[in-house]
Amino acid sequence: MTALDILLWVVLPYVTIAVFVTGTIWRFRYDKFGWTTRSSQLYERKIIRIASPIFHIGILAVLLGHVMGLLIPEQWTHAAGLSEDAYHLMAVGIGAVAGACTLFGVAMLIYRRRTTGPVFAATTKNDKTMYVFLVAAICLGLLTTIVGSGVIGDGYNYRETVSPWFRSIFLLNPQPELMAESLPSFQVHAVAGMLLFLIWPFTRLVHAFSAPIGYLFRPYVVYRDRGPHGAGSQAPKRGWEKVG
Amino acid sequence: MRVMAQMAMVMNLDKCIGCHTCSVTCKQAWTNRAGVEYVWFNNVETRPGQGYPRTYQDQEKWKGGWVVRRGKLRLRSGGRLKRLAQIFSNPNLPTMQDYYEPWTYDYDMLLSSPLGEHTPVARPKSLISGKNMKIEWSANWDDDLAGGPELAPKDPVLVKIKDQVSDRVKMEFEQAFMFYLPRICEHCLNPACVAACPSGAMYKRSEDGIVLVDQDQCRGWRMCVSGCPYKKVYFNHRTGKAEKCTMCYPRIEVGMPTVCSETCVGRLRYIGLFLYDADKVTAAAATENEHDLLQAQLDLLLDPNDPEVLDAARRDGIPEDWLEAARLSPVYRLAKVYKVALPLHPEYRTMPMVWYIPPLSPIVDALRETGNDAEDAGNLFGALDSLRIPIEYLAELFTAGDVGPVRASLAKLAAMRSYMRDVNLGREPRPEIPAAVGMDEESLYEMYRLLAIAKYADRYVIPKAHAETARDLEELACAVDYADDSVPGSGPFGEASGRPVPVAVETFHALKQRQTTEVIIPVEALRVNLLNWDGLGGRDE
Repeated sequence: MTALDILLWVVLPYVTIAVFVTGTIWRFRYDKFGWTTRSSQLYERKIIRIASPIFHIGILAVLLGHVMGLLIPEQWTHAAGLSEDAYHLMAVGIGAVAGACTLFGVAMLIYRRRTTGPVFAATTKNDKTMYVFLVAAICLGLLTTIVGSGVIGDGYNYRETVSPWFRSIFLLNPQPELMAESLPSFQVHAVAGMLLFLIWPFTRLVHAFSAPIGYLFRPYVVYRDRGPHGAGSQAPKRGWEKVG
Repeated sequence: MRVMAQMAMVMNLDKCIGCHTCSVTCKQAWTNRAGVEYVWFNNVETRPGQGYPRTYQDQEKWKGGWVVRRGKLRLRSGGRLKRLAQIFSNPNLPTMQDYYEPWTYDYDMLLSSPLGEHTPVARPKSLISGKNMKIEWSANWDDDLAGGPELAPKDPVLVKIKDQVSDRVKMEFEQAFMFYLPRICEHCLNPACVAACPSGAMYKRSEDGIVLVDQDQCRGWRMCVSGCPYKKVYFNHRTGKAEKCTMCYPRIEVGMPTVCSETCVGRLRYIGLFLYDADKVTAAAATENEHDLLQAQLDLLLDPNDPEVLDAARRDGIPEDWLEAARLSPVYRLAKVYKVALPLHPEYRTMPMVWYIPPLSPIVDALRETGNDAEDAGNLFGALDSLRIPIEYLAELFTAGDVGPVRASLAKLAAMRSYMRDVNLGREPRPEIPAAVGMDEESLYEMYRLLAIAKYADRYVIPKAHAETARDLEELACAVDYADDSVPGSGPFGEASGRPVPVAVETFHALKQRQTTEVIIPVEALRVNLLNWDGLGGRDE
């Protein structure tokens, strides 16, 4: 195991988690006003009507797939009576469809962003950088699905290396050797994924945390009084700032 | 009974001359910024006409407001789950083209173009893309029936009544009637925008009923824009947040009328308080028959002279001077006592709180053209029954198509005109005129004072926010610690991130910066708005 392995499979994951968590909290604390999707539907609605749901539903399915593949140990699905082949077939099938939807969706969205004048004009450097990381992670992810399924090469059971490594990070018992011995395609995808989460809190991707589940349970009409902090758009200031 | 106070407005349409002063002053005060170039919190539309945004009243198309299904109230755009499923792209959102693409002119070309054979022209430039554009629509493109026979028949209200009176609705110019309809946010008792907001960022202020958007909590889902049947919530395409008419709350809180009211040339706006029973709002909005909605809405408004109501109001924490203001409220008198003011589109079931006194003028004008005495009570009452088209049109706007209340309101206005003419000409006043519309001479005279004399203090009865809560009005005093050297609205993650610039400060500093700067600001750095364009800022081709 080389120093690079330690760097990539121990240091980078923890740095990512630290930046992801503190960055998100920090942004939420100090940039609530910037916390939005900055929708461009007002400029163009034909493409976004199709592309956006395809992309978002696709990526939610991808997220579920990652939760299943990475968090649930192989022994559990075996114990549940699911054979390795059946699991593999299911994972690859659903994964490929979801991944293809996501890629198709994001391709259409980027095409729209580039070709619709006002949408392109409203695209910031931050957005462009984010798209590079996002698309890289999606493409490399699809590649791992193809490699893992054996369409190219012999197939690969990532649940014996990548998944235990992933869990080991969160169990505070990192096992970089597992990752070091996995396939290069999985390694690259893992790095791309971590980089994406690294920049996540500082891009418009934060809107993912705003999924309005509370809407299902709250009363329709919201009343608010001006209250102790209610008036104005300025948040109350920190007490320790500029004393004296 | 849970008594709440509602700041409400009445507009007397007979006095509106369509000068757009309210729109322009509102624009200067509130939407004179990048991202809301196309937004008019206050707009004045000519009726018949398509309105702004185009055909917004066609709820079959835009799915705004509420409907009653099996006795239960729900949003026309669907239940909560269905609407959450549509969150990735809102199917009912108007595009910029439905409002209009905002533009400025390349004025600099007039000065900087070299000497040549042809006169230089200032070409229109899109404020969205910065490119040359063809101007095809605006917020009042069909002003004064411009484009008449081509555009006006697409008015959704005309389309709706066409079936009933098809042979009589003809958009021939010599027969056309028209009037102006100034519109702001309705600050509804049962706001569909608030109900549609997934983030819970929109709210109704419990003190005065003003509906606002919490800019920190808004996540830009745009459901409020499509949820509002009046299309009076707008999407700021630069900040990615919803914005709407604030009823000038910083002014209202210190007892001043809104900018649109203050600057109204015709003095046609009235602002005052309603007391209403908040517990009964949902039931009233769910009234099955659309024609009963007006009465249901009137029933919500509580009598501020009723001791029982006053006791309940005190129990619910409404201060004494607010109760006094409710007793003096001009809007209560116009809506509930005289019953001349009517709500706009009660069939949307949002319980709107901007009321309108329907215009008598189209009828008076039509009557005068026939050569009759247009201010004689008998003639006017007769005309009300024979001139069906304007009345049916007004009914479609104000009473869900029920002609009765519109006719009653117009009859009172006609009676007032006729009765007061006798008084003014020194003739014997005829008490049978007010009696014919169910009023007595005294109340008719009071109504005349309120509508025709319309003193400032009578038009605006606005209780101040309270001194003991003055600290909460930080917005008004926050300029002190606001760093004016920073570019408004720009933070570490590009434009629109960082803390919002306080509303009271933003426009002030933006204007000051523009007016005092020596440098030509490149257009890339700052988009130019036609309304505050001052010769600084050019555009290189």
